[in-house]
Amino acid sequence: MEHKASVLENLADVRAMIKRHKRNDTLFATLGLICLMLGLMTLMLLFWQLIADGHPKFNLDFLTEFPSRRAGRAGLLSAWVGSLLVMSVTFLTAVPIGVAAGLYLEEYAPKNWFTDLIEINVSNLAGVPSIIYGLLALGLFVYMLDFGQSILTAGLTLGLLILPIVIVSTREAIRAIPVSIREAAYGVGATKWQVVYDHVFKYSYGGILTGIIIGMARALGETAPIITIGALTFIAFLPPSPITTEPPFLNFEWLSSGFTVMPIQMFNWLSRPDHAFHVNAAATGALIIVVTLLMNGAAIWLRYKIRKNIKW
Amino acid sequence: MATQAMQAPVQLTISPRLAKNIRRNVKERIIELILMMAALVAVATTFAIVGVLLYESLSFFKTVSVIEFFTDTQWTPLFEDAHYGIMPLVSGTLTTSAIALAVAVPIGTISAIFLSEFASHKTREIIKPILELLVGVPTVVFGYFALFFVTPLLQSIYPDLPSFNMLGAGIVMGIMIIPYIASMSEDAMRAVPMSMREGSYAMGATRFQTAIKVVTPAAISGIVAAYILAISRAVGETMVVAIAAGQQPNLTFNPLDSAATITAYIVQVAMGDLPHGSIGYQSIFAAGLVLMAMTLSFNIFGHWVRKKYRESY
Repeated sequence: MEHKASVLENLADVRAMIKRHKRNDTLFATLGLICLMLGLMTLMLLFWQLIADGHPKFNLDFLTEFPSRRAGRAGLLSAWVGSLLVMSVTFLTAVPIGVAAGLYLEEYAPKNWFTDLIEINVSNLAGVPSIIYGLLALGLFVYMLDFGQSILTAGLTLGLLILPIVIVSTREAIRAIPVSIREAAYGVGATKWQVVYDHVFKYSYGGILTGIIIGMARALGETAPIITIGALTFIAFLPPSPITTEPPFLNFEWLSSGFTVMPIQMFNWLSRPDHAFHVNAAATGALIIVVTLLMNGAAIWLRYKIRKNIKW
Repeated sequence: MATQAMQAPVQLTISPRLAKNIRRNVKERIIELILMMAALVAVATTFAIVGVLLYESLSFFKTVSVIEFFTDTQWTPLFEDAHYGIMPLVSGTLTTSAIALAVAVPIGTISAIFLSEFASHKTREIIKPILELLVGVPTVVFGYFALFFVTPLLQSIYPDLPSFNMLGAGIVMGIMIIPYIASMSEDAMRAVPMSMREGSYAMGATRFQTAIKVVTPAAISGIVAAYILAISRAVGETMVVAIAAGQQPNLTFNPLDSAATITAYIVQVAMGDLPHGSIGYQSIFAAGLVLMAMTLSFNIFGHWVRKKYRESY
């Protein structure tokens, strides 16, 4: 564009200009590809680093031993059991509430200020830093409601944390269901709930599941809120078993038990000066990353499949 | 006897069909109410967060004046000689976030332009899920990476770098938010109508020229909103800075120093065993309130920018 018309008269100059612009094009495309690969390379480097540092601990003993003062003997038993129990509480809170809220906002909510208020809240909550949820839990669950630093507190906290994820993905999944499906159901005399449950919910099930898996993966790796509620890092016991041999076969004492989870155990190990513990931290990190990547990968695959299979 | 005889025919006037209808309607209303209660949990959570933060902070500000809180240059609530100036924590938070942005904005934007304007459909289909996977990596793992990989790498360039420093933490945080900026900016660019690109190509522009001079300006509101929301994410990020940036509040903007952020301070206090109701306990809520105010204003500003300056086609 800087070139004056007189210059352009020269054909060789025009060719040179086109060549230059095309070269810029290629250069930028290469730069873009490098930038994109940076993300992928970081992920691989990170994973490789964890495996390289943590491989001495890749054995079954690591999963069946309690944490110990001696790095060589320390294991993850209480941490992975804790993670599993906390996750189950999170699942039981976030999924019913999140899916119900998504159904309400998409299918029932009238268009008024009240619905707007709920929607603004959901989108704002998605942007609240996770550590703030930890402060909420510390003030509300731990002290005001007196749940203590327990599995119940941690599970509820993470449940609230992933609630916006579940709500948003439920709404997106529902929105993909065409109106004609609803009209057909109404046409044969179904009530609103019958339409919503038997058709809208059941057809959007896959999409909702995707959001749930992504939310649970997020909750599994979340560290800050659980540290904030004051979870102990050295737990050499297991919570009471949820299943008993005597009737009623269920036991809820584990809800109020102290606990630790995998990311907290990893944080504890990597903050120690002794390098031997860093091996444990790396092994834990590798385990967390494998599980979260598998969960996220499953969710992405599921979404891809749904998108491919269903053509309304 | 007479009253019973009177009642019987009245009940009969409600036909079984009508009764069934009423039952059905009641059931429908109850279900709607239950669903609404679930949606209200979101509202309740927001109110609970604000309530808890304000309640504990108010007790904190009974001991500490607001002026001291914002002007004192030291933050030592747990020491004998206690000072309550939030500024050292804010400086740490802003410095690490600025480093993260300096890393993530150029790389994220270029990635977005590449994905939206250069990449083939197939490439995009492969790369976007990988970016999503990167978002899913837990932050504590990135903290390990910052402390044991990036910082030693930086130390081989600057031998004087302390093992806890804001530079390493900031860089890793930047890598963490690249996918975030890339995917939001790409969404904004893809929303630019094809006809604008075609117009540009018809004038003889290359893809690079079209991307820089046509698509990016048209999508700028969405791109800037992505940056602002990324700042909010960086400010609220906890584990990377708590692990790799240090625990010592330090009023400095030098990235080579070690300094605590607001989030790192909260983690540090929560790890210790502070009695409920002590000034140290209350101080993390005051710090949390400042953090919440910062992230919330960035979030609102970001959404506002996107709404206000959105070009509609």
